[in-house]
Amino acid sequence: MAKIITVTSGKGGVGKTTTTAAIGAALARTGDKVVVVDFDVGLRNLDLIMGAERRVVYDFVNVIQGDARLPQALIKDKRLDSLFLLPASQTRDKDALTEEGVDRVIDMLSQHFDWVICDSPAGIERGATLAMRHAEIAIVVTNPEVSSVRDSDRIVGILDSKTLKAERGETVDKRLLLTRYDHARAARGDMLKTEDVLDILSLPLLGIVPESPDVLRASNMGVPVSIHDPDSAPARAYRDAALRLKGENIAMEIPRQRGGLFSKLLRRAA
Amino acid sequence: MTLWKRLFPSTSAPQARERLQILLSHERQVLGGGDLLARLREDILAVVAKHVPCEQDNVKVRLERGTPMSILEIEVEVRGDVGLAASRAA
Repeated sequence: MAKIITVTSGKGGVGKTTTTAAIGAALARTGDKVVVVDFDVGLRNLDLIMGAERRVVYDFVNVIQGDARLPQALIKDKRLDSLFLLPASQTRDKDALTEEGVDRVIDMLSQHFDWVICDSPAGIERGATLAMRHAEIAIVVTNPEVSSVRDSDRIVGILDSKTLKAERGETVDKRLLLTRYDHARAARGDMLKTEDVLDILSLPLLGIVPESPDVLRASNMGVPVSIHDPDSAPARAYRDAALRLKGENIAMEIPRQRGGLFSKLLRRAA
Repeated sequence: MTLWKRLFPSTSAPQARERLQILLSHERQVLGGGDLLARLREDILAVVAKHVPCEQDNVKVRLERGTPMSILEIEVEVRGDVGLAASRAA
């Protein structure tokens, strides 16, 4: 049976889809069978971040409505044999996802994969609550910025009340992933520090992903950032986070950009 | 002043931290603990308001989770020293 992870945040634009793709690819690179599922019906983007946008034939809604079988809708990653994508529908609206439909699909997926990673839409509406419904682990993606922290706190409350685990009287294992972190600005006192956010939200820390141009570069290319440039700081941060999810004890650090001025110049020229 | 500011720039993160702590402690009271606290709060308000004048903001329901026991704290502020005798007469 698979471990089911939901990547969530409440606020939009903090890095949920980037995180889903990056953690999915990092886990698949360790040999595990991984499926990433896009719950953002009407505004799908995981396909684009994974570089699979031209290979979408059937989607999540087609499977729920019986117009396609699950294997027909799953897209195999071009780079990693054990990584699959279940895209959301772009043309339907959010009500096309039903509780029973989602239950059925997640159940089938969890029989065939080691990890099912659900990419939640922003907000706290139906799509978001359906995405977190089956979660055993929730990755709460947060930027060190007031509105993101506030929305994360709200999402934590919803994770504690509206998931299957909550209904059974259990709790979802919630982990904080701090993204777009700028160490220099935090050190200057112009950005919330990791400890500030941890204090306020009181969640265990899964990782710190530094602000980096590599994230945009990877998304431009349609490659999960964790495998695009494996030496880049965000790639290392996401790989460490993935290993922590697998239970490995990896020391927490904020990866910095490696290399000196010369390699930076080379990188820029490339 | 400009030189002073340049030498000792004031930082904004502590303000962000303080504002969030105040805001979230309030929001957790209102929304926290899932629907349970919100429902409790509404029900208590409805019952109290039947007998004495009481406003929504004056009912505070807090749940302190812990093991082996949790504490449910309910605080209702009633205006003035009023009410109790007067409303009984009414």
